[in-house]
Amino acid sequence: MSTEALGEEPGAEPPDTGAPAKSAAPADSADSAADPGALAWARRRRSAARFWRAYRGQRAGLVGLVALAVIAFTALAAPLLVGSDADSVTDAPGTALENPSTEFPLGTDQFGRSVLDLLVYGARISLTVGLLAAALTVGIGTLVGMLAGHYGGWLSGVLMRVTDFFLVMPTLVLAIVLATVMSRSVTTVIIAIGVAAWPKTARLVRAQTLAIEARPYVERARALGGGHTHVMRRHVLPNVLPLVLAQTTLVISEAILTEATLAFLGLGDPQVVSWGGMLQDAREAGAISSGHWSFLVPPGIAIAVVALCFTLAGRALESVLNPKLGVAK
Amino acid sequence: MTLLDVRDLHVTYGTGAAAVPAVRGVDLTLAAGQKLGLAGESGCGKSTLALALLRLLPRPARVRGEILLDGEDVLTMSWGRLRAVRWAGASIVFQGAMHSLNAVHRVRDQIAEPILLHRLETSQAAARRRAEGLLEQVGLPAARGGAYPHELSGGQRQRVMIAMALACDPRLVVADEPTTALDVMIQAQILRLIERLVAEHGIGLLMISHDLAVLSDTCDRLAVMYAGRIVEEGPAQRVFTAAEHPYSGALAAAFPTVGRAADRRAPQGLPGDPPDPARLPGGCTFHPRCPVALETCAADEPRLREAGPGRRAACVHVDSVKEAR
Repeated sequence: MSTEALGEEPGAEPPDTGAPAKSAAPADSADSAADPGALAWARRRRSAARFWRAYRGQRAGLVGLVALAVIAFTALAAPLLVGSDADSVTDAPGTALENPSTEFPLGTDQFGRSVLDLLVYGARISLTVGLLAAALTVGIGTLVGMLAGHYGGWLSGVLMRVTDFFLVMPTLVLAIVLATVMSRSVTTVIIAIGVAAWPKTARLVRAQTLAIEARPYVERARALGGGHTHVMRRHVLPNVLPLVLAQTTLVISEAILTEATLAFLGLGDPQVVSWGGMLQDAREAGAISSGHWSFLVPPGIAIAVVALCFTLAGRALESVLNPKLGVAK
Repeated sequence: MTLLDVRDLHVTYGTGAAAVPAVRGVDLTLAAGQKLGLAGESGCGKSTLALALLRLLPRPARVRGEILLDGEDVLTMSWGRLRAVRWAGASIVFQGAMHSLNAVHRVRDQIAEPILLHRLETSQAAARRRAEGLLEQVGLPAARGGAYPHELSGGQRQRVMIAMALACDPRLVVADEPTTALDVMIQAQILRLIERLVAEHGIGLLMISHDLAVLSDTCDRLAVMYAGRIVEEGPAQRVFTAAEHPYSGALAAAFPTVGRAADRRAPQGLPGDPPDPARLPGGCTFHPRCPVALETCAADEPRLREAGPGRRAACVHVDSVKEAR
């Protein structure tokens, strides 16, 4: 048998139900012979239900999730909720820097646009950038960290020196440089954040990989005839994942903050409304000195709330998905 | 044909001046259906030997000699062939079942792992059914397959490890201290289980332990290792009750026998520590601790020599030891 043939492993499986559900074994197997697809779906449904039951027990996580759902829904439905021309400068409904009123609950900006409407639009950018940049960061970091930790030797040396190189550069400075040299767009901001933030994840994942590779069950997996791919996918990845998940939630909050910072520094896409950009607008329009809190405070709070929600949801997710944490409860 | 034939096996950790010999020229043979026990103190090289059988030693270890598994040399086979032989040809019951199981997978899936890896079954569901069958063979209800390792007791985990070792119908099973962390009752159960399965499947068993009593109870033949060499080999009961080599004698005597008056006061032990493999004493490596050492023992290292029917021992006293006591 060739190495490749052994290295491949049949489809990764969703976590299965723990219930001794095979009591109806004969019927089950008859079903599976008739329609394996349906059986697989039933199993997935069961495991999803079980996951949801466990997640519901985490109150803080539930609050975070509900808040995130509301924010995400608002962001998605922004054109329906506040109209598609809320960010238009030319036909702004109000006058510059109005105080809160019934028409404009959070007042207006320096062009007379409703701050509340802008806030709703800003959520789209914050969420998009936060999620995509975090995915990029964690993806690169996990891949580099696992490869370096698993193979060791010169590959680890090279990968870690590259990581060190990115690590010593201040994240913000690197992101600013990248955002400056590339064309101004949301994609640029995502790439800038992703490229600047991955080394921390890589270090973390490599350390965890090294710790896991020393465990006897990895030796056992080698004795089973498992190759590199098998060991990494079956044994290292599932054990690194809880850490990666926790890291992801932190990275999302961080990415949202960095996006706000970049926008605040004027490096975001000037054509889209983002919370960081609103803060910058408020500063430029003199909202701080003139006491227009209603322009300044809401975007700041929105950033903090979204970052908090992701952290809460992430921690709940971690304690549900990690069976080792699960027993303690 | 013999199932396992180890010839002049040397394992050295490190290279050059820092090289430490862990196994120094071991010969072993094991026929299918036979049970061979390998005994010795901690650090005598028995686990190193076990891992060397499947080339599982970490990189700094150098292995010389021949390990013929069904006539095929494990040390020279290609990487792909080696991976096919691992588990399908020879499997291992590791010591410390808790740590040899991955905490994040259900035990059923972990038993199914080698089955899928070696393509004995291609569908997840079939592999699982097979894993559940194996669980029943080792005396666990199939429903326990859905449990995570931490939800099982020590004995149950060891049963899972045994089920896993049988998953690919190997010809050889290496059991590395399979009962070390278990209490005596469970230990006896596990030993009976291993015996039964070995007999049912007609596989060769190489069982490693420091407990000579356990080995002599389970195995047909017994080999005693000291400082990387086999110092005595023979039928299990004979080696245990009438050791030729003073070291085997000391190992056997180290376990108190119920009813023996002398054991009640002070169980007999062996003074001193096993030698540091980096600085082995000259001559017979056992002579500094040997109660019956002669002056010549410090100079010449005795080879294994015939000591009765089917027995070999590496001691100058081979024929006189028994009379000397």
